[in-house]
Amino acid sequence: MSMSQENNRPLLEVRNLGIAFTTATGEVQAVQDSNFTVMPGETVAIVGESGSGKSTSALAAIGLLPANGRVNAGQIIFDGQDITHASEKQKVKLRGNQIGMVPQDPMSNLNPVWKVGFQVRETLKANGLPAADEDVTRVLSQAGLPDAEKRAKQYPHEFSGGMRQRALISIGLSCQPRLLIADEPTSALDVTVQRTILDHLETMTDKLGTAVLLITHDLGLAAERAQKVVVMYKGHVVEAGPALQLLRNPRHPYTQKLVDSAPSLASRRIEVARASGVEADDLLAEHPRTSMQAALKQDFVQVQDLTKVYKLRGSWGRSEDFTAVDKVSFAIPRGTTTAVVGESGSGKSTVAKMMLGLEPITSGSIVFDGQDVAKLRGKEMFAFRRRVQPIFQDPYGSLDPMYNIYRTIEEPLKVHGVGTSKEREKKVRELMDQVSLPQSMLARYPNELSGGQRQRVAIARALALNPELVVCDEAVSALDVLVQAQILNLLAELQHDLGLTYLFITHDLAVVRQIADNVCVMQKGTLVETGSTDSVFENPQTDYTRQLLAAIPGAGLINAV
Amino acid sequence: MAWYLVKRLLQLIPVFFGATLLVYFLVFMTPGDPLAALCGDKGCTPGVAAALTEQYHLNDPFFVQYFSYIGGLLTGDLGVNFSGREISEVLAGAFPATARLAIIALIFEAIFGITFGLYAGLKKGGWFDSTVLVLSLIVIAVPIFVLGFVMQYFVGVKWGLAKPTVSGAADWSDLILPGIVLGLVSFAQVLRLTRTAVAENASADYVRTATAKGLTRGRVVRVHILRNSMIPVATFLGMDLGALMGGAIVTEGIFNVPGIGNQLYKALTLGDAPMVVSVVSVMVIIFCVANLLVDLLYAWLDPRIRYA
Repeated sequence: MSMSQENNRPLLEVRNLGIAFTTATGEVQAVQDSNFTVMPGETVAIVGESGSGKSTSALAAIGLLPANGRVNAGQIIFDGQDITHASEKQKVKLRGNQIGMVPQDPMSNLNPVWKVGFQVRETLKANGLPAADEDVTRVLSQAGLPDAEKRAKQYPHEFSGGMRQRALISIGLSCQPRLLIADEPTSALDVTVQRTILDHLETMTDKLGTAVLLITHDLGLAAERAQKVVVMYKGHVVEAGPALQLLRNPRHPYTQKLVDSAPSLASRRIEVARASGVEADDLLAEHPRTSMQAALKQDFVQVQDLTKVYKLRGSWGRSEDFTAVDKVSFAIPRGTTTAVVGESGSGKSTVAKMMLGLEPITSGSIVFDGQDVAKLRGKEMFAFRRRVQPIFQDPYGSLDPMYNIYRTIEEPLKVHGVGTSKEREKKVRELMDQVSLPQSMLARYPNELSGGQRQRVAIARALALNPELVVCDEAVSALDVLVQAQILNLLAELQHDLGLTYLFITHDLAVVRQIADNVCVMQKGTLVETGSTDSVFENPQTDYTRQLLAAIPGAGLINAV
Repeated sequence: MAWYLVKRLLQLIPVFFGATLLVYFLVFMTPGDPLAALCGDKGCTPGVAAALTEQYHLNDPFFVQYFSYIGGLLTGDLGVNFSGREISEVLAGAFPATARLAIIALIFEAIFGITFGLYAGLKKGGWFDSTVLVLSLIVIAVPIFVLGFVMQYFVGVKWGLAKPTVSGAADWSDLILPGIVLGLVSFAQVLRLTRTAVAENASADYVRTATAKGLTRGRVVRVHILRNSMIPVATFLGMDLGALMGGAIVTEGIFNVPGIGNQLYKALTLGDAPMVVSVVSVMVIIFCVANLLVDLLYAWLDPRIRYA
């Protein structure tokens, strides 16, 4: 075979692939009639929401479907060889040195009981490569892990998330595979870390000539990193083509929706409102009024020199101080949305907890409508809680699985002794309407609801007591982009209708741009920048903010589209 | 780590005093004259009674009795029992049989429990898994003396595969059947524990990653699934060893094993207070030390755990 022929032949070809899962309720067709190809050295991204079958399609290629899944139609051809129903032995041969994988969650993908070096070494050994200490160190440092020789002797729990992901990348590429399947390789990481890691991955695969199959839910990221984008929706490939063309001219309705609501691509707050039916003029007319109101009630919430010090247990029974939040000051005007952004460990969630009165304040003050939160006791605290309500990140964890939806939403009303049971029922039904959930759902339990529906329930519960301030701690981070857009719209509408004030804690700057009036940027416990959203985005004052902004996937594409 | 060890060893002191004080109190404060039990219907001659009263400090207040006993215990002098033998000698004679019995039980439950549990866990929901789950539940539910007598009758008497009772020497071969009976319940528990841990770990993300690295199934099972599943199992086995070393009254009774459990049973029926207190104190110490070792083993098995 001549060289040119070999280069024209796809490295991976998926033809009419069908994958089914056997579940308790019968067979579910997760992937149907799926087609895509990856050429040698090419980067192809599969984009879709969770449950779209994007990971399943890719994992089938190396025979890593869960035990209840199987390929029931079509073919998977790797390098001219049909591997659809290859034996376990053949698959073991392919894995590692022909097809490598970088998995999604760096926290759970390294075995906690083995040293990182050991886990790299066994990969080299299994694929017949030299596996001396130097080789392990070399492989790890190539993935950008600093101080690799020492790090190889540590356990995964001694690594940060970014470092673990580097270790996983080094494992995935250690045997120089021809195809690398990168399954959401950075979605669990902070944006800045995400960017350096993706850059590094790109440099490495370019150098090795590795083809990459990138699986992601983020269209912006896909367009930025891949030459070709494959869009999957409900188990079908709905559209495929060159990245930029797909962004400029999406054909399938789902792709169009995805392009519209990709937070990393939407550039104006107005666009969200427009999607929800509010006219741009309305919104513009709205703003002067709210800002006037804001001027009148400037001191709705005032945070002054807020500090939180935790005592960490050190060696030999001594304790060390750790300052999680260091002299942070900002104000939240009534009826507006203030976002606190930062990477994990920046102290943003600690601010939220103190705001909710869930965590004692070490020093400084939070003045809520003229009351010092730190001084509230007993009854006053109870009354304060009624006016300030939280919505948390994880809609799976923050709803009691033993409570049905009605009981969940009614509980705060009951606790605060609001109304008779008839009145409460009326209120719950009203709330269900406000968050656009059908009344029929009241008797259901949280495990019967989707992530977006659960987050709506959490919002309804937060609104039950007619609060004035709602603290949203990463309230949309766990949701798919489209659902995320719906929830953000809902929050914007509710703010408009009920005059709510939001404190929005998030790591996602793209979300900030869509929802916030003011932004506070936090880094390692301190406030590095604060200002209106537009000024922070258009004219960032500190390097850190610039870094964060540059790291939004697809940031460079906004102008291109 | 060193600090943790020191702390844990210091904790043993109040546990030791608390447990011995309680046992001492219960045994010595039971109504009736301890000398009456000793000398039988005839009663002791005044001379003997005086000597014994002196020896056990019977006329002194409770705490003086207790501390003189503890003082002896700490210097290695456990005193003599009612039949006049040195208690330390009796214990030294009984301990080897108990230790052999415990080791056989532990090896049996570890090897079979882990093997069956691993297989059941890997094929969760299969016929082997279902069968083994039901059988293990039966073993756990049926009292050990029933299992003991049934096995003694069939294996020992009817089929003649093993000696139904143990001779005075209590050799390894004599103790195989009693060891298996003693280990049966723990075997079922080890099996269930292993099975659950294996089933859970088999679907863990790092197992999938290990497979994606190109490792063979055998290596994935050994190095990633089994190794991680051993954390709870090893903890259980360690605790069990502590319990087994303290003697197994029922099993030793059924098979007539001359071990610690048997001695304790005899001492209890005779009301031999010094003997009971000594045996229980030794059991408490063995159990506490085994517990400490288990905690250290746990930290060694799971590097995420650090004691400070």
